[in-house]
Amino acid sequence: MKAIHLKKNAKNYTIIGGFRKRRAFLLFLLPSLAGVTLFVLLPFLDVVKRSFQTAVTGEFTGIKNYGVIFHNQAFLLAVKNTARFTVVCIPLLVLVGLLVAFPLSTMKEAGLIKSVYLFPLAMPTATIVLVWKMVFYRQGFLNLFFTKLGEITGLWGTVTIDYLGTKASFWVLVGSYLWKNTGYTVVLWLAGILSIPNELIEAARVDGAGRWKCIRYIILPNLKGSFYTIVILSFLNSFKIYREAYLVAGSYPQEDIYLLQHLFNNWFVNLEFDKMAAAAVCVGVVLFGAIMLLQRLWDRT
Amino acid sequence: MKKGRKLMKDKRIIGNVFIGYLRTALTCLCLLLPAILIVLPVLLILTGSVMDSLEMKAYLLPAFGGGEGFIQWKLMPDYPTFEHFGRLLFMTPSFFVLFWNSVKLVCCILIGQLIVGVPAAWAFAAYSVRGSRALFALYVVLMLLPFQVTMLSSYLVLDRLSLMNTHGAIILPAVFSTFPIFLSYGGFRALPPQLMEAARIDGAGELLIFVKIGLPLGKSGLLSAIVLGFLEYWNLMEQPLAFLEDKALWPLSLYLPEISWMQAGFALCASFITLIPAAFVFVLGQDYLEQGIIYSGLKE
Repeated sequence: MKAIHLKKNAKNYTIIGGFRKRRAFLLFLLPSLAGVTLFVLLPFLDVVKRSFQTAVTGEFTGIKNYGVIFHNQAFLLAVKNTARFTVVCIPLLVLVGLLVAFPLSTMKEAGLIKSVYLFPLAMPTATIVLVWKMVFYRQGFLNLFFTKLGEITGLWGTVTIDYLGTKASFWVLVGSYLWKNTGYTVVLWLAGILSIPNELIEAARVDGAGRWKCIRYIILPNLKGSFYTIVILSFLNSFKIYREAYLVAGSYPQEDIYLLQHLFNNWFVNLEFDKMAAAAVCVGVVLFGAIMLLQRLWDRT
Repeated sequence: MKKGRKLMKDKRIIGNVFIGYLRTALTCLCLLLPAILIVLPVLLILTGSVMDSLEMKAYLLPAFGGGEGFIQWKLMPDYPTFEHFGRLLFMTPSFFVLFWNSVKLVCCILIGQLIVGVPAAWAFAAYSVRGSRALFALYVVLMLLPFQVTMLSSYLVLDRLSLMNTHGAIILPAVFSTFPIFLSYGGFRALPPQLMEAARIDGAGELLIFVKIGLPLGKSGLLSAIVLGFLEYWNLMEQPLAFLEDKALWPLSLYLPEISWMQAGFALCASFITLIPAAFVFVLGQDYLEQGIIYSGLKE
C-alpha cells in the first residue's frame, strides 16, 4: 500500500520534458479516472447529500438521519457484531498463518501443502454452502464427530449443539473465515520470510544465537512490513464473510452474526435510503480513518 | 579406545539425522492434518455428486428431515450413479442459462478491467507527476471500501442510467474497480525506469513504450489480476443479489443455494460443475495467484 511511493529516482532522468509526461499520464489514466468519478466519486457525494435528507421527499433534515441510526437497535447490534468479528478474526488469522508459514519456509515439499491451503480461496462460496449445512446442523458431522469422541474417551455423551441457531454461530463464521483465508496469509508470510537475506540469519547463528533467538531478534522484526500488509488484506477480506453468512443463514440470521453487511442489504431491500446513506457515510469515514492510520504506521517501518 | 570414541560419534550423527527426519515428518504431519480438513469438503462434493438419490436421502434425513440419530456418509457410495450429471446436463436448461450468465459476466468484467485498468496502472507506475501520489492513495482507499458502503451510490448511478436489472449493472461498476490496477501496478513497478528512458532517447513514443516494453515485461501483474479477478467474479454474490431482480439473469453462484436438500445429490453435482472452472484456473494460474497476492501486499 505504500505503493504510493512512485519511483523515487525517476527525477534523475528528466531528460524528456514534464509536459509530455503529464500528458501521457493523463491519457493513460483517463478512462479509469472518468469511470471512477462517474461510478464512485460523484455518486458518493450524492450519498453524502442524501444522508442529510429524508428518503422520499428529499427535504433537508440536518443530522437527523445520523441521530436515528445511532439509536437504531439493528445498527448498533450490527456494528457490535462486525467489530467483534474483525477483532477476533484478524489476530487469529495472522497468527495461524504465521504458525503454518514458519515450518513451511524450511521445507522442500512446501509447494503442495501451500496449494492445499490456498485452494479454498478458489472454491466459490455457493459450492460449499450445502457442505457447511451438513457439518453444522444439529445432527451434522461436527456433532457426530464430538459424540464419537465422547464415546471413545467416555467423558461425555451425545452432543447436540445447534451451531447455527445459538451463540456458536459466531464461531462457525470465524472458522469459515479461517478456512478460506489461511492460504492467502501463508503466501504473504512466506514471501516475507523468504525475502530475509540468508546471510543475516547465518551471521546471527555464527554469533551463537539459537533457533528461538533467531526468530525473536532477526525474523520477526524483519516481518513488520508483511504484518501490516496482512492486517490490511485480512480486513478487506473479512467483509466478504457475508457471503457465507448469508447463504447459510439468510437475511436475518442468529443475532450474533447479524453483520453490517446484512443490515445494509436489508435497508436496501426496504428502500430505507436515508438511514443507508447516513450509515454508509459513517462506515466510510471510519474505514478511511483506519486505513490512513494503518498506512501511517506502515510508512514508519 | 580411539576407535570406540569415533563409533560413538558416528552413532550420534546418525541419531541426529534420524531425529531430524523425525522432526520433518512430524511437522509435515502437523501441517497435513489441517490440510486434510481443508480438502474434505471437496471430497464430500465429489462423492455426493455420484451418489444415488435414495441412498443420499437416507444419509441426510437425520440432519435435514428431522430424523433420529446423526447424518451419515460413505466415501464409496453403495449405488454410484451418474444420474445427477445426466439430469443436470441434459434436462435442466436453466442451469445452462445461469452457467453462461456467469461466463458472460466474468469475461466482460475481466476484459473491461484490462482495457481500463492496465493503462491506468501503467500511468501510475511509469510517470511521477504532481498529484499522482495523492490519486493513487485515493485509488487504494477505494479498493479497500467494501461493496456495502458503495452499494447505495452504485445504485443511484445505475438507476439513473436505467441499467438496473441488466447485466450492465454488474459489469460496469466492476470494470472500474481499482483492485486490478493495484495488481498490474505491482508488475509494472518492477521495471527499471532507465529502460523507458533509453527507449525515449531512441525516439519511441509513450504509447510504443507501453506496448513494446511495459506490456511484455510487466505481464505477470496483469496475469495475476486476471487469475484473482476470475476467482472473485466467479464467486459473485452481493452485486447480483442487490441489482438483479430477474432470476434468469443470475449467475451460477446464486442458483446453487436455491436447490433444496431433498435434491442434495443434484445440488452437489451442480456444485461440482461450478467448481470445475475455478479449479481449472487455480491449477493453471497458481503461480500468478501467489504472485498476485504478493503484489497486493507489496512494500518497498
